[in-house]
Parts: sequence; structure tokens; C-alpha cells
Amino acid sequence: MKNYFKYMAILALGIVSCEPELENSIEDGDVYTNGEADFSNYVALGNSLTAGYADGGLYVTGQQNSFPNILAEKFSMVQETGEFLQPLVNDNTGGLLLGGNQITQNRFVLAVGANGPSPARYTGAQPTTEVSNKLSGPFNNMGVPGAKSYHLGAPNYGSVAGVAAGTANPYFARFSSSESATVLQDALAQDPTFFTLWIGNNDVLGYATSGGVGEYQETETNPALYADGDITNPVIFNAVYGQLASSLAETADGVLINIPDVTSVPFFTTVPNNALALDAATATQLTQYFQAVSGVLTQVLIGQGVPAPQAQALAGQYAITFNEGPNRFLIDTPVTQTNPLGFRQMTEEELLVLTIDQGALASGYGSVQFTQAVGEVIAVLQAGGMPTEAQVNTLFGAVSGIDDKDVLDSEELANIKDATTKFNNSIQTYADQFGLGYVDANALLTQLDNGGISFDGGSVNSNFVTGGAFSLDGVHLTPRGYAIIANAIIDEINATYGSNVPKANVGAYGTVTLSQDVQ
Amino acid sequence: MKRLFLLSLFMLAAATTYAGGYRVSLQGQRGLAMGHTGVAVVNNAELAFFNPAGLVFLENKINASVGVSAVFSDVVWQNDEFGQVERTDSPVGTPFYAYFSYKLNDRLSLGLAAYTPYGSAVEWDKDWAGSHLVNDIELAAIYVQALASFKITDNLAVGGGPIYVSGSVNFNRNLDRTLSDFEGNRTNVTIDASNVSAFGWSAGAMWSPVDSLRIGVNYRSEILVEAEDGDADFENVPNSPLTPFSDTQFDATLPLPAELSIGVSYQLNEQWLFAFDYNRTFWDVYNSLDVDFANPNIPDSFNPRAYEDSNNYRFGVQYTANETFTLRAGYYFDGSPVQDGYFAPETPRNDSNNFTGGLSINVTDNVAIDAAFLYSRFKEIDATYSPDPSEFPDYEGAPFGGTYKSSAFVPGLGVTIKI
Repeated sequence: MKNYFKYMAILALGIVSCEPELENSIEDGDVYTNGEADFSNYVALGNSLTAGYADGGLYVTGQQNSFPNILAEKFSMVQETGEFLQPLVNDNTGGLLLGGNQITQNRFVLAVGANGPSPARYTGAQPTTEVSNKLSGPFNNMGVPGAKSYHLGAPNYGSVAGVAAGTANPYFARFSSSESATVLQDALAQDPTFFTLWIGNNDVLGYATSGGVGEYQETETNPALYADGDITNPVIFNAVYGQLASSLAETADGVLINIPDVTSVPFFTTVPNNALALDAATATQLTQYFQAVSGVLTQVLIGQGVPAPQAQALAGQYAITFNEGPNRFLIDTPVTQTNPLGFRQMTEEELLVLTIDQGALASGYGSVQFTQAVGEVIAVLQAGGMPTEAQVNTLFGAVSGIDDKDVLDSEELANIKDATTKFNNSIQTYADQFGLGYVDANALLTQLDNGGISFDGGSVNSNFVTGGAFSLDGVHLTPRGYAIIANAIIDEINATYGSNVPKANVGAYGTVTLSQDVQ
Repeated sequence: MKRLFLLSLFMLAAATTYAGGYRVSLQGQRGLAMGHTGVAVVNNAELAFFNPAGLVFLENKINASVGVSAVFSDVVWQNDEFGQVERTDSPVGTPFYAYFSYKLNDRLSLGLAAYTPYGSAVEWDKDWAGSHLVNDIELAAIYVQALASFKITDNLAVGGGPIYVSGSVNFNRNLDRTLSDFEGNRTNVTIDASNVSAFGWSAGAMWSPVDSLRIGVNYRSEILVEAEDGDADFENVPNSPLTPFSDTQFDATLPLPAELSIGVSYQLNEQWLFAFDYNRTFWDVYNSLDVDFANPNIPDSFNPRAYEDSNNYRFGVQYTANETFTLRAGYYFDGSPVQDGYFAPETPRNDSNNFTGGLSINVTDNVAIDAAFLYSRFKEIDATYSPDPSEFPDYEGAPFGGTYKSSAFVPGLGVTIKI
């Protein structure tokens, strides 16, 4: 009879346990451990890269694939976590409105045109995200597109009134807890148990995307005096970043993410600096033209009293030789004593921006704009005649060097490199000092640019449009790119805190969005 | 003795049960209760399915048997690497059967049968991690068969007849792991075809060398359900010439494989009957589900399966307690046709151990209620779907894997009439 009951019990169990159960069940907490970290209230601080910005805009599906959202989803498999709230915009157009007027452009989509697929601004719908419609937070994702290091602690950065005046950020204005609140205050008020901080990119990126027109602030210590396109003073960056990291690390564990070399992104690597493709006749014509320029300049200089050998040496830099096939473009430079005409050919490492007018490049921008008048001057020279002063000006004026805003020259590249290195040294030092994780996003993006990163269904690299990692603005990542960042952060978390947070499946995250709803 | 039997029944029940691929072995509550044996058992009109040769051995002039089962089947899938867990939310399947036989004379019986030996209904959470393989699928095939059973000698009979099949399929999956429209809705396709007709046959023989022993063999032919001009419905397609998907027609062939059964039954005494069946299902025919879209701009869909022939071993026992109650129990091992590397969440079936039980209650001399249950438990399995590119060069999908565990609980009820 005892046995009878035993078997009855087993029978009952057999029917109750109809739902299949796994031996090591994630749902039962058998698989993962949070280690020494506590992911229950994760707050992410940063800029556009934290917000999930992509394709030149902030839109819902991009936010849903932000790396903090990916992390939060994985954290929720490891332990009980609160809901990860993001300040979602209203639609997928990517544009913002202020008082009904559009203040940021719509996002890019990949549209097929006469010349094949290329990025274009989406025009299929009007944006509906009104900045002055304040969202009530708090929000776990405190990523604010456009924010620089010193903005996170800046009062009034989230002021709606300040947006029109240009003193506040429309993205933060949407969800700041008050007009005067700072990003850091709003983050700390949530008592985060875990944080990620990825800030500093814009402290150098703004300078880079504007072709280095701004200044590398090496002495000015008041960020209020910096322009958007300036590089932040590394001393100031170090101080500001230290305050951010120490305030956050006081009560929470977390990860600091360093700054990628901005020049490794498609925005700078897509338009080659040697895209001046010439046939043999045009190459000869250009070479002859620059011989003429060099010769005339020599005469002009001698006429001005410069000794002949010196004049020849100075003018000799303009006797540029062009060959059939690809040639590097010419860029404008400041007129100096050593470069009196103010142009030169690009060097191998110098970069062009993605936004350069490629139509103009095809029609003489970056080389020479030949006109009939120029041809006549050359004819005069070839006949052994002396050009008039007006003809000399016509000749020299035909050079159409690429403007500073479209190019990163070697000096600008050096500034970027110097600042990035200093910023990253600061970040790493603070990570060590506060016992935080340190993610080398710089190395990761360099890897994307040098061979790529493979996953179970293929690989991703930095190639524009086709590479899969970068969105159509050439700077921000695709969902797949953000998943790769998330995985690097997870690796670092697991190594630092003894946890085993699961990874994101990179191949399950999309790349660029297709649409013909463009103008 | 009775208690002993109850104990053994409970023991079987408490252990674990279902059929490989999309074969659903629920073609008779009496057979099912005995581990779905029956190719050599003369019991009731279920013989129309198990072995039509035996119909002529039924004592009564008119025999009928109808029944239906409720299939509660669940699958859990987990991927440790990516922290993903999913459970199917499949609709309850209701396979049924209806058999009728009429003894024309001592040597010849005629019959009619309708049954549903193939089917599948699996529903995963929409857009789940394996949605590029399947979101949901529903297969159904109704077999209708005319039968004749002929006694060659007093202890040897043959039987069989033509089968008409009406099949349907409805299958939805996402086109790949990521493609979405502008609003982020995943691009998916539903293929739907119903009332697809096909024909086949079955034939069997039964021999009793001595009164207590029967030996049976039965073969059911392969039937290819060829869907022509089914509807393919593409949804959430991005507005782009790069994704030229639009609603169209499709052709596809779904094989319902042949099955060979060989079995033996032994009547120990008036109370005890033992049965053993061996089935071989010729799944090898199911190499790939290829969907040929009518629109030439839409690439055809190749879904490699690479199934192999599978074996089932079935054991059953019947205890006739008294004039009213008959108790049954059984076990079978169900070998899966799915091979390593081809474990798709559309039919997540690995080998299973199946335990069955049931009883019949004779309400009157002519009418009996048949009840049976089946509990299938599958071993937990780490499996992937990653077709070998050398065998399936046209397959372009991404690999998919994880840990699976399935189970099924199937209660069933039927009525047997003999006049």
C-alpha cells in the first residue's frame, strides 16, 4: 500500500510536470550569475552613441537597439532588474520639432536611385517629436545626442527655452527633470546600481566632422567659450571626466568606454583622397598647366626681386605631376611665405569628409577649373609670350583646392590624435582609480576598419553602407554595430565583476533601413 | 493480480510520451493505450488503420470505431550563449479517426476509414530568435480509405485499399533574421495551401499459425502532397527595389512518407494479451521543403530537412478484468528522423520515450467507450539547424541552435460499436 501511494505521487507529478523543464534553466536562475555587480538599476550616460542615434537622427527603432537597451535585456536574464526606460521619440523619421518647426533633419534611409543604392533623407512622413512635450522620467538611458563631456554637468542644458537660444540641447530638453537639471543630477537621482559612461566623442568629433575648421583648445579653460567645432582642452576634459566618474562610482559599479579614433569611421574613410581619376590627355594637360603655373610664378617672384634660385625652389612645389589613373586632390591652405599660392596636393594620410560635394569633385573641385581664358593664357605661354598681370591672376585663379571644411589635413589629424590619446589616458586612469571596467572602443572600431569582426552569419566592417557596422551618417553605428559594442562591454563586465552575462547575437541585429520614401 | 496491474499501469504513466517528424500516432484509442500497437491485434475496427487484413477476423457483422485525441504539446528552447528562452504556445491538436467495416460473408469484409496520421501545429512567439526558420506552422492531412479484407485460409487474410488524402499547410516565417520595414516590423511570408488532393494505398496481411498467436504486416504507401498555386503572402516588406517581395503563388511538395509495420500478438489466456510492433517510417523522402514562387523576382525558398528513415518499437499489454472493464498499457520508443545539424524548431523532435495507458468500458454488449492517454517525454537535447553547405548549396539561412526539450500529453476518447 505504501508503494501504491508512492506511485500515485509519481503519476501526479508526471501530469503536473507536463510543461517541459530544462535541467539548467535560465528562467530558474541556474545559468547566470551577476557576480559582484548589481544590475538591478542600470543607468547609461553618454551622447548619441548611448542614445541609439543612427542614420543622422534619433528614431524609435534605433533607440530600441541602443547598446544600453541591449545590455539591459541581457542583464534581465541574469537577475531581477527594473524596467529599462528610454526617452523614446515619437516616430521613426528622426526629426525633431520645436514649437511645431522642424529643428533637426530627418534620418537617412538607403534608397535606390539612378546610380544605385545611396543614402537619402527620409521624406515619407513629417516628424512628430515635439521637444517642448516634456516626458516624465526618470529614464535609465540618459544618452544625449550632441553632448560633450562638460555638458553632462552643465545646468540648463535641458532647458526647452534654451534650445531656441542655442544654449541647450533639444534631446535632453525633452526629458530633463527640470529646466536647470543636469544630466548627471538626473542620473544620480535614480540611485543607479550600475552605470555605463561613454562620453568625450563629441569633444573631438565636432572638430573632425567640420574639417578641423575649429580650434584645438590647448590653453582656454572655460568650456563656455568653446565653439561646437573645437576640441576640448584635455586638461579640462580630465577634470570634468574625473568628476563624472567619481560621482557615479561613489555608489554604483560600472564601465567606462573610451573614445574611438574618429578618423577610422566611414565619414572620413569613404571618399578617397585620390579619387581624381584622369585619362592620359587630361593628366598631361594638368601637368602642363602646373608647369606653367610654376614657371610664371618663378618669373613673378624674380620680378619682385627674389633671387632666381630661391624663386625656382619656391615655385617648384607647384610643378605637380599628374598621371593617368587615380591622383590625389589639391587642397587650399593658408597663404604663407613658403606657400605663396595657398594650395598643395593632399598627402597620403589626409582625409576627405563624407559630406563633400562629390558632384563638384567630378567637375574640377580639388583640381583645376579650366576655362577658355585659362587656355588662352597657356597658349600665350607656350608661344613664348609674357602674360599680363590679369592673365597671371587668371592662371593662378583656376586652381580649385578643396576647402578646409571638407578635409582633415595632417596638422588637424595630429590634433585629433593628440586629444584622443589624452582623453583615453584620462578615462583609463579613472577606470583604474575607481575600480571600474574599461572598454577599449577605440581598439574595437580600429578592428572594424582593419578586416572587420565576424559573427555566425558573416562579418561586419567599417565600409560605408555595405559594411554593416556603421549607419548611413557614417559616424553612428547600426543596431549590429551597437550589438558589437554591447558584447565588448559584456566581456569587460564579466571580466571585472566575475559575472557571466550572456552576449547579444550580433547576426540578429539589423543594419541599414531600406526605403524609397525620399525626394 | 488486478492491483498488480494497476501498479504497473501507474508506473508506466509516471515514466514518460509522441512520433517523429510530423507523424502523429493516434489512430485508435485501443491501439494507443497499448503503445500504439495493433498490426497483429484483432480487437475492433481500428484494424482498418493498423492492418485491414484483420477486419475479416472480427466476429461481428458490423464494426465501427470513432475517436478523437487532444494533443497538448509544448517545447521549450533555450540558448545559453545569448540568454534566450522561448516556449511554444501551440494550439491543441485534435487528430481523429472513424472506421467502419461490414462483413459481407465469412471470407470478405468491406470497410471505410478516415484518419489523420500526419499533422503538426507548432506556434512560437512571433519574431522570436528562430523566426527566420518558423513563426508558426500547421500541417494537416486527412486520409479517407476504402477497404477490403479477404480471408485466404482460416488463419491467413489479406486486406487493403486505395487512400484519398486531403492535405493543407499553413507556414509562416520571417524572411531572415533582421529584414524589417521602415517602422521596424519584421518582413515575413505565409504560405498557405488547403484542399490539396493526393492518392495512395495500404495493404496488409495477417496470419495466425496457432490460435493464440497472430503475426501481421502492413504497408502504407508514400503520398506526395503537391501544392500548386498556393498563396504566398509577404508582409512588412520594405519599400525598396532591393526587396522585390510581393504576394504571389507557390508550388511545393510535402511528402507523407510510407510506413511499414510488422508485429506479433500473443493471447496468454483469457485475461492477458501482449503485442509488439515494429514500424519503419520512410522519412528519407523528406530531403528539403522547396517552395517555388511564381513571381520570378522572388528567390525560391529552400528549407533543407535531410530526414532519414526512422524506427519505432512498440509494446502493449491488455488485461481483460471482467465483462465490463478492459485495461491497457504500453510503451514505445519513437526514433526521430531528424539528423544532427538539421534540428529545426518547426518540428523539434528528437527520440522520445512514450508511455501509454487506457481502458475500455463495455456499456452494453454492442457499445464500448475507449479511453487512452499518451505521455511523451523527450530527452533534453543540444541541437542546431545548420545545413551542410556541400549538400544544400542553395540554403542561405543563418545557423540556429540551443537546448530543446519537448513534451506531449495526449488524452483521447473513442467509441467502439459492434453489431
